[in-house]
Amino acid sequence: MSAPPLLEARGVTRILPGEGFGAPPVRLVEDIDLTVGAGEFVAITGPSGSGKSSLLYLLGLLDRPSAGAVLIDGEDTGALSAPALARLRLARLGFVFQFHFLLPEFTTLENVMIPMRRLGRHPQDEIRERARAILASLGLQDAERKLPEQLSGGMRQRVAVARALANDPEIVLADEPTGNLDTRNAATVFDVFARIVGEHGRSVIVVTHDLDLAARAGRRVHLVDGRIVSDGPHSPVVPQAVA
Amino acid sequence: MALPLVIDIAIGQLRRRKRQSIVSIMGVALGVGFFIAVASLMQGFQQYFVSQVIDIAPHIVIKDEFRTPAVQPAVAAFAEGAVAVRGVKPRDEIRGIRDARGKLAALEAVPGLAAAPTLRGPVILRYGARDHSVALVGVEPERERRVTNIEKDMIAGRLEDLRATANGVILGIGAADRLGAGVGDIITAVSPRGVAVTMKVVGLFSTGLTALDQGEGYALLKTVQILQQRPNVVNSIRIRLADITQAEPLARVIEARFGYRTESWEETNSNILSLFIIQNAIMYSVTGAILLVAAFGIYNIISTVVHEKTRDIAILKSLGFTEGDIARIFSVQGFVVGAIGAALGCLLGWALIEMLAAIRFDFNNPVLRGQRGFIMSRSALPFIFAGGFALVSASAASILPARRAARLNPVDIVRGAA
Ligand SMILES: Nc1ncnc2c1ncn2[C@@H]1O[C@H](COP(=O)(O)OP(=O)(O)OP(=O)(O)O)[C@@H](O)[C@H]1O
Ligand SMILES: [Mg+2]
Repeated sequence: MSAPPLLEARGVTRILPGEGFGAPPVRLVEDIDLTVGAGEFVAITGPSGSGKSSLLYLLGLLDRPSAGAVLIDGEDTGALSAPALARLRLARLGFVFQFHFLLPEFTTLENVMIPMRRLGRHPQDEIRERARAILASLGLQDAERKLPEQLSGGMRQRVAVARALANDPEIVLADEPTGNLDTRNAATVFDVFARIVGEHGRSVIVVTHDLDLAARAGRRVHLVDGRIVSDGPHSPVVPQAVA
Repeated sequence: MALPLVIDIAIGQLRRRKRQSIVSIMGVALGVGFFIAVASLMQGFQQYFVSQVIDIAPHIVIKDEFRTPAVQPAVAAFAEGAVAVRGVKPRDEIRGIRDARGKLAALEAVPGLAAAPTLRGPVILRYGARDHSVALVGVEPERERRVTNIEKDMIAGRLEDLRATANGVILGIGAADRLGAGVGDIITAVSPRGVAVTMKVVGLFSTGLTALDQGEGYALLKTVQILQQRPNVVNSIRIRLADITQAEPLARVIEARFGYRTESWEETNSNILSLFIIQNAIMYSVTGAILLVAAFGIYNIISTVVHEKTRDIAILKSLGFTEGDIARIFSVQGFVVGAIGAALGCLLGWALIEMLAAIRFDFNNPVLRGQRGFIMSRSALPFIFAGGFALVSASAASILPARRAARLNPVDIVRGAA
């Protein structure tokens, strides 16, 4: 038998109870089957409101499915406690959101060091060196001592990517990481994703509206109304469906 | 493991909102500081007062009275209650402690105990054309000096001079002023029984308490017994103890043994001591309220931080921080505000104590007897109490918002912010 896949969604459905009296429940995603192996670069596309973010939160163990299961290394994460899930996110997953979410009172370097310090796998000076190396790989060596507010939007987002990569995660999940970036910055971010996939065998799952960027991923999953409608290498999609 | 990181994040967030943090810290510091100052002031005064009472007054007084009137023989004979005796006229017995010598000897056998007999009775003092009535206290100087500190308050003459001079008398400064008499003057003392004795003023005392200084005089026990026509009678035995904490229990033992009403200094001063309790209750509730307000301030700042920091909380949680980590980040902030506030408050309290202690009054306060300033207690207790209370309340005040922060769902926030 082959080894279980790194990340697998089996019949994942997420339903929110309707807000307010008599409001119908909201189906965010429905009956999702998805398998992501090591070294895969997956783009999730779909029209606005199709459930891309919701799916990413479920795959990233930030949210729990209403039905179905998310498995890591074949293990059902539904059975895990909140602290155990937190530990999994810390050690094996990395998140990038559309908004950078850097801690405003800490410098660039400190922000990148936070996940490593929390994991505590390396001594402090090693952590610092690793954080420097990651920042340098994103062209941020001169921004180490700057506070987020002193950086440009593109730099901030690159720092957020650096932070997501801090603990050398097996899976990086990014929700429209380039949504607020110009083409050059967006390309830099995708270069980094391509590099960690190609050179380090990591997996990247990225939600994006940008079809040119999506084309750089080896595989494309297209969502409509909370369901996967197509999944494959460079699967052609209806361009006008994208907002 | 994650503790230094949690503290770093907590302190980073506090530093970011300097003004709010400083205001909260000041709130705690003021509460703690004033609490310490007021507590030290009150405690100082109360301790001083008690020490004065203990210093001047005997620790136990045996009086020639009974707490419960003697059972009438007729009532005793019909114990079932068929007979009630009302309106009993007191027997015309000579009041006084019976067999005072024997009791004195028995008391003095107790280690750490000094006892002195006194007979106290009213007399009118006459000097030239002036009259003044005082309570003349008959004492044995050798015993008396071991029991009360009247000697310390004497501004002229000594207690032994009562022995050296025939019919010597020591007057309170107020009484001497009324009479216009000074040391060496010959005055006449007349008792209610009509006995008149010529006496020589051999000393003066000033306790600062007007009632005593105007209304008391000291003479030999023998002399007073002659004046009052009560030979060998003593109407109180005063006792001083090495260990004042034994006063109340010992008083009960003595009363049980001898039957006479026996009061410890605590019982004698119970009205003042209970006043102190009320005073303390008021003080602790007022200053406690200040600390409570400070705690609300902390609750407020932590709540504000939690509210403003929802995004940071979301990202920390998505990075893999647990609910416990998040709760700790915010309760550490409350603790830090409490700790810095408590430390500054202790400094402030100390400074206030020194300032209050340096104040000098222009008037002579009779109660404070020659003290021209506040008497401050310098005990560590108010510091420990107020500091500890501030720490505990600060931590408690941050628990609620910290738990709210811990329970925030990152998905809700990330969704809203994107
Ligand atoms: N808390 C909520 N309550 C009600 N409806 C919600 C809630 N969260 C999301 N939805 C709805 O669920 C659907 C899926 O949302 P989701 O954010 O996953 O879509 P998306 O594909 O990421 O959209 P976008 O491209 O705009 O980011 C949307 O229609 C959204 O309006
Ligand atoms: Mg989205």
